[in-house]
Amino acid sequence: MKFMVLVKADEATESGVMPTEQELAEMGKFNEELVKAGVMLTGEGLLPSSKGVRLRYSDEGTTVIDGPFAESKELIAGFWILEVSSREEVVEWMKRAPFRDTTIEIRQVASEEDFGDALRPELREQEARLREQSAQRAR
Amino acid sequence: MVCSVTVTVTEAHRTIDAVWRIESAKLIAALVRVVRDVGLAEELAQDALVAALEQWPSSGVPSNPGAWLMTIAKRRAIDHFRHQKMAQRKHEEVALDLDTTQEAIEVEPDEVPDDLLRLIFTACHPVLPTQSRVALTLRLLGGLSTEEVARAFLVPEATVAQRIVRAKRTLATTKVPYEVPVGDELSDRLGSVLEVVYLIFNEGYSATAGEDWMRPALCADAIRLGRILAGLAPREPEVFGLVALMELQASRARARVTPEGEPIRLMDQNRAKWDRLLIGHGLAALARAEELSAEPGPYTLQAAIAACHARAGAPEDTDWPRIAALYGELARVTPSPVVELNRAVAVSMAAGPEAALPLVDALGAEPALSRYHLLPTVRGDLLARVGRFAEAETEFTRAAELTRNERERAVLHAKAAEAAARASTP
Repeated sequence: MKFMVLVKADEATESGVMPTEQELAEMGKFNEELVKAGVMLTGEGLLPSSKGVRLRYSDEGTTVIDGPFAESKELIAGFWILEVSSREEVVEWMKRAPFRDTTIEIRQVASEEDFGDALRPELREQEARLREQSAQRAR
Repeated sequence: MVCSVTVTVTEAHRTIDAVWRIESAKLIAALVRVVRDVGLAEELAQDALVAALEQWPSSGVPSNPGAWLMTIAKRRAIDHFRHQKMAQRKHEEVALDLDTTQEAIEVEPDEVPDDLLRLIFTACHPVLPTQSRVALTLRLLGGLSTEEVARAFLVPEATVAQRIVRAKRTLATTKVPYEVPVGDELSDRLGSVLEVVYLIFNEGYSATAGEDWMRPALCADAIRLGRILAGLAPREPEVFGLVALMELQASRARARVTPEGEPIRLMDQNRAKWDRLLIGHGLAALARAEELSAEPGPYTLQAAIAACHARAGAPEDTDWPRIAALYGELARVTPSPVVELNRAVAVSMAAGPEAALPLVDALGAEPALSRYHLLPTVRGDLLARVGRFAEAETEFTRAAELTRNERERAVLHAKAAEAAARASTP
C-alpha cells in the first residue's frame, strides 16, 4: 500500500531558508535508507508558496490567486510517496526521519477498492467503450 | 478498561510487525555471520521478537528498535552457547565476535551491507529445491511468517514449515558457506536469486480477484526484494532488468481486470489507469540495466518489451517492429517456443499476418506447444486475417478444446463459428 507523507511548512520554509549542509546530509542518508529498503517511490521538497499559485473553482468561474499564502500551517513544504506493508510501517520509517521541529502528516493513497461500487458502473462503461474501439481498430 | 488495553496491545503488535518488516532481514543476516547457522540465527531473531512482543506493549517501542532486537538476540546467542557447553576457546571466539558485531551494529548499522547480500544468496542457494528457496526468502528476507507464506501460496502451513525446516537443515549439513559468490559462480547464483524473486512476483500476479490479499501482496514483496537487491548489487544489469520488468508489469495491475475479475488484454486496457509512478521507476531501472550491459539478458529484454507498451500512449502507438526485434533477441538468449510464438504475434502486428504465418507454422511440430491453446489461437487469428477461414475454424476449435478457461472457450467457439460462416460465404 502507498502512503503520502506531507511535510508541513513553517516560517522558515516559507521565508525560503534553505536547509543547512548538515541537514541536507542527514536527509540524504535517510532517503538512501528508504531507497535501499525498497520502500521509496518518490520524494521532493517544495519551494515557498510565494512561488506557488492557487486556482479556485466556483459557479462564477475560476479565479487564479498568486502566492504567497498566509496560513503557513496549512501549507506543504515537501512530500514522499512510500510503498510499505502497513500504516504502522510508514510510521516506523518516518520516526527515523531527521526532523527536529516539524510536523508531518501521513495519508494513505486511495486504491481502486477504496472507491467501492461508486466507481463501477461508469468504469464498466468506459471499459466497454475502450474494448469496442480496439475491436474496431483490429478490423 | 479491559477493552482499551486490548486495543493498545493489538496496536503494539501491529507496530512490532512493522518494525519486524524493517529490521528482521538485517538482524538475521548479522546473526548468521556470528553464529554461522541460518536455523539458529532465525531462532535467535524469533526469541528477540517474542521478547519485544512481551515488553513493548508496556514499555513502548525503543528509540532504536533494531539495536534493541540485536542486543536481545546476542544475549540469547551467548546463553545458547553456554548451554551447549561449548569448548572454552570456541566460546571466547564467539563472544569476541558478538562484541565486534555489537560495535559494528551500534556505530554504523549499515556498514555491513554484505551480510544482507550473503543472506539472499544463502536463502536462494541452488542446493535447495525451488519451493524451499521461495519460502525461505520470504521468511528470512521478506519478514513474512510461515502462516503468511502458506496463505500466499495456497498451501497448508505445515507444508511450508516443513520446507523451511528441511531447507535450514540442508544448508547446515551441506555446509553452504555464508558468502557472496564471485567470478563465474556469481552469474549462476545470481540467476537463482532472480528466479526466486520473479517466481514470487508471478505468484502474486496470477492471483485473481476475491482471493486472500496475501497473494497479490506477493507482487509488492517481490518488488521490494528486487529493489533491495538493486541497492546491494548496483553493478548487476539483470537485477535492474528484473526490477524494471516487475515495476512495468505491476504498473498495469489496476487496468488488467474488470470489476468482475475477468482479465483484460493488454491492447484493450484503459491506459489512464496504468500507474505512471511505477512506469517512471521501471523505465529508470531499465535505463540503468541497459547502461550497465551492452548485451542485455533475458530480464532486461523482457523489461524492454514491457517498456514499449508502457511508452505507447495508445495501443496504435505501440512500436511493434521494436517488440518483434526484442523477441528475436530474447529467443536468441533464451530459446523457447513460447518466446517464438510471442515473436510471431509481434511480427504480425509489425508486418502483417503473411509475414507471421511461416513463423507459427514452424512451431506446429514443437512438442512443448502441442497442448498449448495459444498456438492454435494465434494461428487461427492469422489465418482469418489472410482469408483462410476454413483452416481458421479448425484452429479455433482445437484451441477451444485445449483451453481450461471456460470464458476463453466460449470466445474461441464464437470465433470458430464466425470463421465457419465466412468460409461458407465466398
